[in-house]
Amino acid sequence: MNYPVWQRSFKPPKDLAEYPVGTAFPAGHLVETNASWRSQRPVIDAEKCSSCRICWLLCPDGVIHNTKPEGLEIDYDYCKGCGICAKECRQKAIRMENEGI
Amino acid sequence: MHGQKAFLSGNEAVAAGVRLARPHVIAAYPITPQTTVIERLAEMVEDASLKTEYLHVESEHSALSACIGASAVGARTFTATSSQGLLYMAECLHYASGGRFPVVMMNANRSLALPWNIYGDQRDSLSLLDCGWIQAYAEDAQESLDLIIQAYAIAEHPDVLTPLMINLDGFVITHTYELVSLPSQEGVDAFLPPFQTVNKMDLDHPMSLAFTAGPAYNQAFKQLQHQALLSASKVILDIEERFGQFFGRNYSGLIETMHCEDAEFILVTLGSVAGTVRPVVERLRSLGERVGLVRIRYMRPFPDLEIRKALAGAKAVGVLEKDISFGYEGTVFTNVNSALSRSNVKPSRLLNFIGGLGGKDISAADIEHLFLRLKSTDDGETVAFI
Repeated sequence: MNYPVWQRSFKPPKDLAEYPVGTAFPAGHLVETNASWRSQRPVIDAEKCSSCRICWLLCPDGVIHNTKPEGLEIDYDYCKGCGICAKECRQKAIRMENEGI
Repeated sequence: MHGQKAFLSGNEAVAAGVRLARPHVIAAYPITPQTTVIERLAEMVEDASLKTEYLHVESEHSALSACIGASAVGARTFTATSSQGLLYMAECLHYASGGRFPVVMMNANRSLALPWNIYGDQRDSLSLLDCGWIQAYAEDAQESLDLIIQAYAIAEHPDVLTPLMINLDGFVITHTYELVSLPSQEGVDAFLPPFQTVNKMDLDHPMSLAFTAGPAYNQAFKQLQHQALLSASKVILDIEERFGQFFGRNYSGLIETMHCEDAEFILVTLGSVAGTVRPVVERLRSLGERVGLVRIRYMRPFPDLEIRKALAGAKAVGVLEKDISFGYEGTVFTNVNSALSRSNVKPSRLLNFIGGLGGKDISAADIEHLFLRLKSTDDGETVAFI
């Protein structure tokens, strides 16, 4: 499954003339990140993780990706730090770490 | 390019215009006094004189939503509503304008509850003036039909791509029968090319439609909407000129004036009541009174320059409208006053006459009395109910 990802190569429109007509643009363009209000970040301990994927199922923002063979991956560009994954993890494999201020 | 003549109500003239414009999709929900528009359209679909996808939806919210969805695949769309139905669409009105989907809608101007009332006033559309739609106000059945055909050309113009609402005074226009000239189908086909847009779902060029734009980008889209509305002023004039060449009926742009060149006392109004003002102006003129009329045809884009020009020589101006922004004044008056305040056109008296709410009759005698009030120098209320 392909997830939309932040297009780091995206160049913001310089002026109004570079904006699209209406709200239509080639699909899959996430032009901004959306995680600035996160005060804690979930970190997966690969040693404890059993790959049960309950966090992947329950993440309300769909930012835990199950695409790599080496394990689950959290997209910190869009994770809001709600902590549901850490709360629900049966292996206690996810800890919430304070974000630096 | 001239077709036949027919004896039609305003609503039937709208339906005739819609058939000539060949929309791909019509979605509508009946409401008095709009109902006969969509009844006639349903009959046309039934007798196969109109080939369109006619959607019987369960609400006005769904009607406009369906039109937006259809417009988003590049279809030409039509809906019609009135009063409470228009308010029920309010959320979708912004979706259509923000998404730049050029839906054409007819609105039968009708009072808003409570007290419940099915008769005409213009509080429904004027309370939604800020929804990003072009707003036109017809005076009779012929203009209603012509506006429908012009509306698609204006709304779908690449410089505009903005939905357009055509307002007909409930019953006074919607249900009054008049002799109407019907343009020929060949003429309308030549006048109105098929709708083309890049702003659509297209399997060859997949797009994300109706996307989110956060704080960094959102305002730019709103500026573009504003630009599109302002651009519509010129497009309307161009389309009307072309319409005149095709069909021999000429319109005067965002406003229509009568005897304003040398008028000292001018009434500014919109919709069907202009038809009552006109003979009063003629009568007073025959008595030597220098009176005039401005009929606003488009409230958005607002004809600020045209109004300044028309009112340049006036000593006193009255704005007569079937609308009130409770706690202040009529919305049309606010707009006219704003247009004048940004210029050196300063009539010594500028009054707001509110009338016709809930269908209250405005008679020729009432209009004559308004001109007398403009002439008098008594200090009265700036905002007065008639």
